Amino acid sequence: MVSRTVIFTCDEALQMKAVAVLIQKASSFKSSIYLSRSGRRANAKSLLGVMSLGIENQTEIEVSADGDDQQAALDSLVECLENPGVL
Amino acid sequence: MPIASCYLSEIVKAFDLEVLYSPGNLDQIRINVADVTRPGLQLAGYFDHFGPDRIQLIGNMEHAYLDKLSTEIRRKRLNALFGKGIPCLILTRNHEPHPELIPCAKRKKIPILRTKQATSEFMSSLVKHLNVELAPRISMHGVLVEVNGEGILILGESGVGKSETALEIVKRGHRLIADDQVEIRRVSETTLLGRAPDIIRHLIEIRGIGIMDVKELFGVSSVKMQENIDFVINLELWDEKKSYDRLGINEETTDILGIPVPSITIPVGPGRNLAIIVEAAAINYRVKKMGHNAAKSLIDRVFPGGGSLSLF
Repeated sequence: MVSRTVIFTCDEALQMKAVAVLIQKASSFKSSIYLSRSGRRANAKSLLGVMSLGIENQTEIEVSADGDDQQAALDSLVECLENPGVL
Repeated sequence: MPIASCYLSEIVKAFDLEVLYSPGNLDQIRINVADVTRPGLQLAGYFDHFGPDRIQLIGNMEHAYLDKLSTEIRRKRLNALFGKGIPCLILTRNHEPHPELIPCAKRKKIPILRTKQATSEFMSSLVKHLNVELAPRISMHGVLVEVNGEGILILGESGVGKSETALEIVKRGHRLIADDQVEIRRVSETTLLGRAPDIIRHLIEIRGIGIMDVKELFGVSSVKMQENIDFVINLELWDEKKSYDRLGINEETTDILGIPVPSITIPVGPGRNLAIIVEAAAINYRVKKMGHNAAKSLIDRVFPGGGSLSLF
């Protein structure tokens, strides 16, 4: 299992879209991917799960991935959380 | 696991307590233990084994005892109690505070609250409330539904069909508690309580349709706020190499917060109607709980001489 902590940086207008893109990205990997925020953990492939974390701009999020393509999954999601505007 | 705590302001709201004195930080005072003390011995001056992190209750007896003390001693004892740094003091039965009580509390910045309820009654509901709020908790990726009175937690990989199953279960007249994310608390040594995070309560996500509000679509009778978790169903994609339970003799359990919950694993394959299978599993579990095991009676019929279960 690999994990990394990142700060989600995103202006408000993009937030919903950023989350939607994030989930699609996560779903394209085989590994199980989890996001945690202040002790609460959600499956990154589940829209409602990620929504329930209440991720806002400048929130600290821990991404962890476990499976065959864990490193690629982690890199891709970290990129997605740090620069959501690029997508 | 995060350490659970509960703020005093939440307790004031939950029990509709009257605030007689507040140092202005009720929303910052954390209660970390579910025990509540009636400080009879402490008012008599005995402080060995005292738990200063507990909520203190002054009921009829403590109030009458304080009445008997002289003003000077009363002030001294109250100062000693407040000096321990207790989170708050609650007067029950709408008792009038003694004249020294509020000034002493102000000096040490200890909140004084009041309720109309009788002490024992209030104490038991407060302890029950704290036990739920302070219970160890975990959030799990799954769906929680209530089928014929049994709380069924459906677990499985993303995309295996949990939400679709939940939708059909709701359509068949049962209730949804949480989709996607279930917050589970261990409220006692044997009980797990599940509910949805506030933000996504009673919403369900179906791929291709999007987010739906089950309460709006199917009415309040189709949803529930919380439910005990009685049974776990693990959904997994059908694996040709794996053998699945055919008789129903194996007693499988899934560990959640240290409590073993009876569980089964259902393979998902094309053409399987999962909602009916989940419903049947729930009813079968109920029957087993009430003492009838269909698989065991089949074995009794096949081997009337007393066949051994270990054969299987």
